[in-house]
Amino acid sequence: MASETMKEGQDRYKSGVLPYKKMGYWEPDYKVKDTDVLAMFRITPQPGMDPEEVAAAVAGESSTATWTVVWTDRLTACEMYRAKAYRCDLVPNTGEGTKTEAQYFAYIAYELDLFEGGSIANLTASIIGNVFGMKAVKALRLEDMRIPVAYLKTFQGPATGVIVERERLDKFGRPLLGATTKPKLGLSGRNYGRVVYEALKGGLDFMKDDENINSQPFMHWRDRFLYCMDAVNKASAATGEIKGHYLNVTAGTMEEMYLRAEFAKSLGSVIIMIDLVIGYTAIQSMALWARKNDMILHLHRAGNSTYSRQKNHGMSFRVICKWMRMAGVDHIHAGTVVGKLEGDPLMIRGYYDTLLDVHTPMNLEKGLFFEQDWASLNKCMPVASGGIHAGQMHQLLTYLGDDVVLQFGGGTIGHPQGIQAGAVANRTALEVMVQARNEGRDIWNEGPQILQDAAKWCGPLKAGLDTWKDVSFNYESTDTPDFVPSATTSV
Amino acid sequence: MMTNPGNKITQGQFSFLPPLTDVQITAQIKYALKSGWSLAVEYTDDPHPRNTYWEMFGNPMFDLKDPAGILMEINNCRKTFPSHYIRVMAFSSAHGVESPTMSYIVNRPKNEPGFRLVREEAEGRSIRYTIHSYATEKPEGERY
Repeated sequence: MASETMKEGQDRYKSGVLPYKKMGYWEPDYKVKDTDVLAMFRITPQPGMDPEEVAAAVAGESSTATWTVVWTDRLTACEMYRAKAYRCDLVPNTGEGTKTEAQYFAYIAYELDLFEGGSIANLTASIIGNVFGMKAVKALRLEDMRIPVAYLKTFQGPATGVIVERERLDKFGRPLLGATTKPKLGLSGRNYGRVVYEALKGGLDFMKDDENINSQPFMHWRDRFLYCMDAVNKASAATGEIKGHYLNVTAGTMEEMYLRAEFAKSLGSVIIMIDLVIGYTAIQSMALWARKNDMILHLHRAGNSTYSRQKNHGMSFRVICKWMRMAGVDHIHAGTVVGKLEGDPLMIRGYYDTLLDVHTPMNLEKGLFFEQDWASLNKCMPVASGGIHAGQMHQLLTYLGDDVVLQFGGGTIGHPQGIQAGAVANRTALEVMVQARNEGRDIWNEGPQILQDAAKWCGPLKAGLDTWKDVSFNYESTDTPDFVPSATTSV
Repeated sequence: MMTNPGNKITQGQFSFLPPLTDVQITAQIKYALKSGWSLAVEYTDDPHPRNTYWEMFGNPMFDLKDPAGILMEINNCRKTFPSHYIRVMAFSSAHGVESPTMSYIVNRPKNEPGFRLVREEAEGRSIRYTIHSYATEKPEGERY
């Protein structure tokens, strides 16, 4: 279809209200430039609204437009600054004859000069700043973005990256193993460090603070840091391996976070942690600090499900992954497929690819709507955490691969023979499964038998498998691919 | 004696498994070769967790694609250094990796004394930690 844009000139700038389509925000013939920032939105128009007009409105309101014509546009290179909606497709399995009201995928191109280099805050203020409240859309979801190489090069990227993290930790060719200290709340510093020591000595690589462990009355942060680092170093001496504990430095101000990070560094910690709720700018600042201080930076995605889970409104987690890789974190929680938290296998693979690829091809089945060249930005390690246990090792390794931190919190600390035994069970299950996969065995089908065979010589693994053999979380995912249906099963 | 589960240093991919047989080692070599990686054999008598540079038993075998030949190198190293730690490493030269991709121990001394944690009390309640390897109290080559 042809563009309906009015010619630039007197008629275009008559005072009053013009449809966005006619103001230049709908350009179906637009030829996308390599330097454009691209965004794809899922639009649910208000009843009776023309989807292309709504797409144009989203383009307009996320770039130069306001609700009425303004003559001051004519002082600028306004045609260049206007975002252009260039494609609008009906979403499969929505609209007439289906159970879901009509939704549309709207593709929008943004001129690079609309954005400040190196600022996630600026990028997001445009792309998700105003448009989600517009009356013309009933619901709106940011599904994916293509960040041009020119813009990526203005970002630091992960402070350490997967490759250097592995080199520093001296751990290659297998997923890393971690656990979150439990109970999350109430342990004193001394008691907390006990859990850390037992799990690390037993065989885990990392222990972790939870997202809401900061500095509460039952355990102030300095106590936690001191006891945890004694546990980490003692476990390192006991095993001959480098160990770590993600010390959560999340606090109310940047000043306080820097203070806590400096203390972690002075104690010799290899890794610190922040929560997504501290905000994009704070995350970028901590990433700069981490790069400068040889620190791995772990990010907990606290809060993301408030806007990423529902399919019709908010934003996809894959976009968060993109922004966080740009912002510079080294770890991010990205789903388990088989555990207790939301996750369709293909969608989660899409998040993992987004974090780890050098170059990501377009893949609609994984929800990747754009090809993405990562411009040699470091890789960001995905973390799988929440309701996973040793009995799922074959599924975890198949779905998630080697570059992931598998976090077995309950699966370690809840082991019937104790925390060290829990760690032994998880590490043994992991090693035996990596070995089998490398030997060319079909671990997807033979996995349970491989684990049972190892349980014959590894008592802790046997006890773990017996305890959790029937635990699985089989719920339908809410955020599923639009192009290929797939079930989340954990059997 | 080390008191961790297994009573041994747990570096590498497979330290929680029973010692790998030659058949099992060969299977891992084949996996590395199939992945396009080069294999290397390294040995040390200083297994400190931050001792990155173990001695190379020759350069990485970039041009050797025969698993039997690589196993022979591993066994030569074992014969030469029967009481050292020996590890097999794989290296990827692919863009975006260019780093080790595998590392597993295939030989270790009979007795592993392990490490002492040295705590130096600093200001406040801070402590500076050093991990000291008991074995390095003796000179290189006389440790195990």
